[in-house]
Amino acid sequence: MSGYSVDSRLRWTEVIPFVVALAGFFLLPEYLALGARILIFILFALSLDLILGYAGIVTLGHSAFFGLGAYTAGILGAKAGIADPFAQLLLAGAAAAALGLATGAIILRTRALTLLMLTLAITAILLEVANKMSSLTGGADGLSGVQVNAILGLFRFDLFGRTAFLYCLAALLIGWWAVRRIIHSPFGAMLTGIRENRARMHAVGAPVYWRLVLIYTISATMAGVAGALLTQVNQFVGLNVLGLEPSGDLLVMLILGGVGRLYGAFVGPVVYLIAQDYLAKQYPEYWYFGIGALLITVVLFAPGGILGLIDKCLQLFKQKSSAKASAR
Amino acid sequence: MILYVISVGLSVTMGLMGFINLAHGVFAMAGGFLLSTAMARWGMPFPLSLALAFLAVAIGSIVLERLLYSRLYASGELSQVLFSIGLILVSMASARLIFGDQAAPIFLPEYLRGQLHVLGRDFPTYRVFIILFGSIIISLLWFGVERTRWGAMVRAAVDNRAMAQSVGINTRLLFMLTFALGSGLAGLGGALGADILAVQWSYPFEHLVYFLIVVAVGGLGTLRGPFIAALLIGVADTACKYWTPEFGAFLVYAATIAVLLWRPQGLFGVRA
Amino acid sequence: MPAALQTEKLCKSFGALTVAQNIDFRLEPGARHALIGPNGAGKTTFVNMLTGALAPSSGRILLNGEEVTKKKQAARVKLGLGRTFQITSLFPRLPVLDNVALAIAERDGLAIRMWRSASSHREILEEGRSILDALGLADDAALPAHDLPYGKQRLVEIAIALSLKPRVLLLDEPAAGVPTDESKKILANLERLPADIAILIIEHDMDLVFRFARTITVLVQGEVLLEGPPETIAADRRVRDVYLGEGAHA
Repeated sequence: MSGYSVDSRLRWTEVIPFVVALAGFFLLPEYLALGARILIFILFALSLDLILGYAGIVTLGHSAFFGLGAYTAGILGAKAGIADPFAQLLLAGAAAAALGLATGAIILRTRALTLLMLTLAITAILLEVANKMSSLTGGADGLSGVQVNAILGLFRFDLFGRTAFLYCLAALLIGWWAVRRIIHSPFGAMLTGIRENRARMHAVGAPVYWRLVLIYTISATMAGVAGALLTQVNQFVGLNVLGLEPSGDLLVMLILGGVGRLYGAFVGPVVYLIAQDYLAKQYPEYWYFGIGALLITVVLFAPGGILGLIDKCLQLFKQKSSAKASAR
Repeated sequence: MILYVISVGLSVTMGLMGFINLAHGVFAMAGGFLLSTAMARWGMPFPLSLALAFLAVAIGSIVLERLLYSRLYASGELSQVLFSIGLILVSMASARLIFGDQAAPIFLPEYLRGQLHVLGRDFPTYRVFIILFGSIIISLLWFGVERTRWGAMVRAAVDNRAMAQSVGINTRLLFMLTFALGSGLAGLGGALGADILAVQWSYPFEHLVYFLIVVAVGGLGTLRGPFIAALLIGVADTACKYWTPEFGAFLVYAATIAVLLWRPQGLFGVRA
Repeated sequence: MPAALQTEKLCKSFGALTVAQNIDFRLEPGARHALIGPNGAGKTTFVNMLTGALAPSSGRILLNGEEVTKKKQAARVKLGLGRTFQITSLFPRLPVLDNVALAIAERDGLAIRMWRSASSHREILEEGRSILDALGLADDAALPAHDLPYGKQRLVEIAIALSLKPRVLLLDEPAAGVPTDESKKILANLERLPADIAILIIEHDMDLVFRFARTITVLVQGEVLLEGPPETIAADRRVRDVYLGEGAHA
């Protein structure tokens, strides 16, 4: 998807997700809350794909940024009396960026297991902190009553979630466009280079460490904004935005959709969250079993996720039709 | 001590096979459940149940290894992490379905309950037993790895797999057996510790972080590493909870970060 | 005129094991220099120290007269030091053109651009294609690197190194593992490299060494045994002893 040999003009297929989203808005008004949640997780997944799919950094700690963004927005709205939605987003993003920069600078010197462990440890610490500082964060009960003013003074967050949905869609649009630009740029090609062969990148003079810190910070900022959006939409933030679970869930979503493909981040959350909404309510005990089994199957047989499978089918199809053509 | 027995297997498998197996806690949980079931439902005596926990888990792990794990040896880190997460989820869900939400009940045999009076202090008998048993296992392990031919082969393969293969060591078989041993030990640890670390369906997930910390801090592929790390963490955790309850596990995490930054390969690990 | 690359009393030990001892080495500008020696002599270690992948235990390294002993790999690359790897180290799944383009982008400082798309950077693509063309790889530009035959992959290695417009080029066994007919191609390409680049190759293929090099340094057990033009080296008894013991053809 990235690189110098790829045609980077916008293809019509890339607009489909947004058309579908808008269609959903008009056709399925009862599901707008779920819809907004999906949009937020797509944004979150995009941020993870940047570092996981493109730079090749395996992390279980991305929820730290999501959670920090969520709590920042929450605390601003519930405790500090700052209720302007854009101010909340801005500050949440800034907080997440600061954390991303600080932690990235420290941990990106390490590799593989050590890195993984450190990301786990960081998000675990944040969870502990959020748990213990209950005067600020509401502790295990969460922080409710988060005030969010009307957007631009005009669009209030209504009970049906209409404003929320469109708000998230707009945010996703911006985030998607930014990610797409980065991926297609020389910077994106360079990230792919780091993922494919880090030693080689060193040998061509790339200051790998600083590049990774940069993309890590960008990714953290996006994740933080996604977290803030979640708080704003629900007007509530709880401990479930931190720790291993959201990171793990997100990882599953991304794998399901397909890593490093930009649109895997769209497909994955949609499939996962819709399935979860339906199945987890009907058969809660079987939900984890199913997800686990699915994960194992995907890893063993379809490492490219859903999009990867589609790719393979298309390739087979092309081969068959060209074989037929040459056989004549 | 429990932490050690469970984690040493992880250290060896991860160091040896380079496979990031987050699902190690699953084996421990299996061991714990087996012990409980064996004793409660089948009326097996304690020592026999322990042995069963070890063997059954070891054999089960071989099956898993042959079927699933071995396909992923060459895959990247990401695939392995995801696979083990999947395995955790499946096992946790199965455990919940089979055993319900309660922790597995453990009925210690008579001779292990109560207190021992040693050196003017009272110690819970079971804990003493665990320490003793654990020490025996450690010594056996140490002896096995340092002194026997098998141990030498394992160490060679950890050091350089390709080299070991070309020298004629059947690495596949070796890995399989070592993995079985590591997992069996986890099962044993889970069973032994069932009284202290309650065994229930969420076990692998709850304690995952601790197992990983012990291994990462101790250093992959070593025996000493996890031992020292487990000791340190166990002590630190208890001390922290006692003296500064507000901070709880926070300090353990912070310490982990500090250690890993200072020595990324773990306290005793070998720099790759 | 300062040497293109120079070391003074370069040493490296791993604990009790000494792999490099007091190596004094000079690579002249425009040189065609070969480093030979039996396996385990410390040649790759030496190259790793030169490029900055490995830190020496003591001694100095100078690049075009400037001290670079403490500088990292990326910094030395920017100062004009390029290398290829003994074990092919490309971007296997990326197209050959991208392999080269990444290096060009780094060299020109374009790699941090996030705005315009990569494929719209015509200058990079054109330069990449011309480098590939010079090495006979023009037709393979769009293929993933790992799809190429091994001999061509070694040429891509060289292409990447050349993209950095190095003033000093270190080639670590460029013909390693390459079938004889393809290694002739590699030699032909090496001979066509610009005359102002100082080139040091490490090789076991004595055919290639004696045809390519104007100066040869023999490294044995971490120390320089002998240095001089090919005739001197070939005639020296000690060199033959060291090598005939290995069964190489001199």
